[in-house]
Order: sequence, then structure tokens, then C-alpha cells
Amino acid sequence: MEFYRSAVGKKWVMGVTGIALLGFVLAHMIGNLKVYLGEGQLDSYAHFLRELLYPLLPKTVTLWLMRTGLVIAFLLHIHAAASLTLLNRRANTAYRGPRDLAVASYASRTMRWSGVIVAVFLLWHLADLTWGVTPMAPEGWTAGAVEANLAASLSRGGVAVLYIVANLLLGIHIYHGAWSLFQSLGLAHPSYNRWRRWFAQAFSAVIVIGNVSIPIAVWTGWVG
Amino acid sequence: MNITLRAWRQAGPSDEGGFETYQVSDVSSDMSFLEMLDVLNERLTLEGLEPIAFDSDCREGICGACGVMINGRAHGPQAATATCQLHMRSFEDGDTITVEPWRAAAFAVIRDLVVDRSAFDRIIEAGGFITVATGSAPEANLTPVPKETAETAFDAAACIGCGACVAACPNSAAQLFTAAKASHLSLLPQGGAERYVRTERMVDTMERFFGSCTNHGECEAACPKQISIDFIAMMNRDYVKAKVKNRGNA
Ligand code: HEM
Ligand code: SF4
Ligand code: FES
Repeated sequence: MEFYRSAVGKKWVMGVTGIALLGFVLAHMIGNLKVYLGEGQLDSYAHFLRELLYPLLPKTVTLWLMRTGLVIAFLLHIHAAASLTLLNRRANTAYRGPRDLAVASYASRTMRWSGVIVAVFLLWHLADLTWGVTPMAPEGWTAGAVEANLAASLSRGGVAVLYIVANLLLGIHIYHGAWSLFQSLGLAHPSYNRWRRWFAQAFSAVIVIGNVSIPIAVWTGWVG
Repeated sequence: MNITLRAWRQAGPSDEGGFETYQVSDVSSDMSFLEMLDVLNERLTLEGLEPIAFDSDCREGICGACGVMINGRAHGPQAATATCQLHMRSFEDGDTITVEPWRAAAFAVIRDLVVDRSAFDRIIEAGGFITVATGSAPEANLTPVPKETAETAFDAAACIGCGACVAACPNSAAQLFTAAKASHLSLLPQGGAERYVRTERMVDTMERFFGSCTNHGECEAACPKQISIDFIAMMNRDYVKAKVKNRGNA
């Protein structure tokens, strides 16, 4: 607790929760790609998630454990981000003349915005495909009909654009995040620093290409 | 060369302050930036005006006194160069140059381009030293230091405490300074003994004054001594370890 009170501690927590969220985003993207395997594959994958570790644990228990972990990671990540942002506002005084940043990337300068927009999109996405709340969810949304719901949702042009934009922003966020977290966790060394950049580039590219392909596939009629 | 200088003028800490524009003519391209200010100040003095206050001491890039914001870059456009070593040949004839003091909540403007950097002294007092009994010096060769370790420690020890890292940081974080000052001691055997206590105290003190690092990397780009942000990662790791190792003595 005392550790979390410090800013370095909060950044460490952001790094650890960031890794958990990256793991989720990767697993989620791989799961999504099941739509390409043909009729019924996505539905049975969704069903499989509900039976994970069954009969060791009752049905849906594993899923709920993972969901609880993710919610906790999200809340910690956002709490740390918000409180460090306030700390930085207090510590900073604006220049009156021009400011010429030398190396800060677009991604690193927009972490707060990309993060907040991704969070809002996430709620929208849950209402759309998990909870089936209109007007986010498409007409005729049916619990368990994962693939049909997905196709119906993404065949709405505006929604497809929203998914694409949100995933690009997610990609921008994790492009900086997947590099930055090593720094926050104290894992930097001349022998592997170059590799950190590659890792961040590859990771964000894989996530964005995988996820963005789906609305495009629905739009071109390839899926759904 | 002829230069138009937009300089920040502020009579004291509580004064509003603002930019004033000056024409500086017949500037030699071999002059340093500070010599250009000297020339202008001599003229202002002869005209009965207040000269522009700025800090400087060694004028050879080793004391850390001279930093100012030049056209939005800490220490100006040239990499790895303190303001005193920046020459007017880095600019074009007819340029308009804007100079401003470092800005951070912890660096209050004292006058014109001079800021109060004593928050750095608080960080050093918290742990930027080693606790040894003075008296007869021990035989130096009794404490072997591998060359690579000595080199790395020396890279960190090159920090001149100028404050450019804070000035360049959009978060006004002092991570690079604090990391340099902690690791140049902690890497060596004499300083290694107090490594974790030092890190914890220095970081906690730093956070009383400065912002939190978001890994933009602006500090490393602005640092006249090219201190690497790898030292920040080392400090972050030591801080986590310190929380486990230190038993309430910090
Ligand atoms: C829910 C809304 C989110 C907000 C408000 C948010 C905000 C932030 C902020 C302000 C930072 C710090 C920027 C920095 O220091 O470089 C950050 C870092 C990070 N974020 Fe997020 N983020 C959110 C969601 C996510 C998601 C969904 C992921 C996972 C894919 C993620 C992964 C990361 C990673 C890996 C880091 C780097 C952590 C570090 O430097 O230690 N974030 N986030
Ligand atoms: S780390 Fe570099 S920029 Fe920061 S105070 Fe030391 S010398 Fe100046
Ligand atoms: S005057 Fe000493 S570093 Fe510039």
C-alpha cells in the first residue's frame, strides 16, 4: 500500500496491469479470428470459454475469475493513470513561448486520450455484443448467437467505422505501452532495448490487423 | 549576424513577467549563446536599462548553471550541448530566437532567466552521498572495481545537475537527474552498501517536488551529458526492491 502511494509504485502497477490487459487483448484477438474458421466456430469457442476447467470447477467459474481479474486490472490501471495525471498537472508549468518536442511520439503524448476513448469504446462493445443492450446491440440480438450478433452489429456502417477507429487507438496506446512498461518495471538494458521496440511494434501491429480485419471482412461479405 | 531576441523578462518571483524583443546586431557566429547575451547586456547597461539576468559559471559545460529554453528546446537546438557551449553558428542571420527560463512548479523563476533549482539539493541531501568515516583514506586497490562497472557509473556521474531533463519533460519529472545521481554511487562498491536506502529516500523526496515519468524520452534528448534513460529503469527496479529490502530505516 505504501508502495502504491508513490508515483514509481503506481507506474509499476500500471506496467503489471498493462501486461494483464495486453494478455487479454491478445487472447481476445485470437479468439475473434475463429470467425474465419467457418460457421459455428465462434459460437462453440464462446461456449468453450464458459466451460473452461470444467469439471474441475463449475461452469462459468473460470470465466468469472478471469473477468474479475480483468476488472481489477482495469480499475487499478485507470486509477493510477488518473492520479498520476493529476500529479503531473500540479508539477508542470506551461511554457509561454514555442515548445519543440524532440522525441516524444504521438502515441506517448496521447496515452490519456487513447486510453479514455478505448475505455468508453469497451463499455459500448460490451453493451453491443455481451449484454445485448439496444441501441448499441443490433436488432434481433440473441444470447449465445455470437457470430450472428457480430455480423448483424458490424454490418451497420457507422458501427464498423467505430470498431476500426477504436482498434487503431488501442494499437496506438499499446504501441507506447508495450515499450514503456519495461521501463516502468525496471527492465531496460542495452543488450535488449532494441528488441523492446520491435516487440511493441509487432504486438500492436498484430492486434490491430487481427481485430480490424473483422469489420472489413463483414463489410466485404466475406464473413456473416 | 543580426538576431532578433525575444527574451523573458520578470522582475522577481511574484512579478507577472512577459517577453521583450531586442535587436542584437553584429553578432559573431563564433560567439557562444551566453556571449551574445553578454553583448546585449552591455548595451542595455549603457542605455541605463536592466540587463537580462541569467545564470552561468564555468562556461565550459561542466557546472550546470547555464540552462535556458531556446526556441522551445532545453539548451537549444544542438544535441549534447549546454547553453554555454552552444555557438551562434547554430542559428541563421536574421533569425528570431525565443529564450525562456526552465518551467516547472518546483523551479520558481527568481528573475528573468534564472530559476531556483534548490529542489535538486533536497534530492541530493536525501541520499546523494555515501556515509563513510573521514580520516585516513583506505588503500584504493583493496576495493577492485571492474572496468565496465566503473564506465557505467561514470556515464551517470557525468550529470551536471543543470535541470534540462525536468525542463524538457512535459510532466516536469526529475527521473533522469535522480537516477543519474543515485546510480553513479549505487553501482560502485563504496556506494553500493546504501543502495536501497538511498534509492528509496531520493525517489520519495523527488516525488515531493516533481511529476511522474511517462517515458516520453525528452529528458535523454535534452541532456547535455547524454545520460541514458536506462538509469531510470535501474532506479525504478531498485525502488521496488527497496520496498522489500528496507525495514523501516529509510
Ligand atoms: C481503460 C482505459 C485506459 C486508460 C485511461 C489508460 C491510460 C494509460 C496511461 C495514462 C498510461 C501511462 C502512459 C505512460 O506512462 O506511458 C498507460 C500505460 C499503459 N497502458 Fe493504458 N490505459 C487504458 C487502457 C489500456 C488497455 C486496454 C491496455 C491493454 C491493452 C493498456 C495497456 C497499457 C500499457 C501496457 C501501458 C504501459 C504501462 C507502463 O508504462 O508501465 N491500457 N495507460
Ligand atoms: S541528467 Fe542531464 S539534463 Fe538532467 S540535470 Fe543531469 S546533466 Fe542536466
Ligand atoms: S556555464 Fe557551466 S555548464 Fe554552462
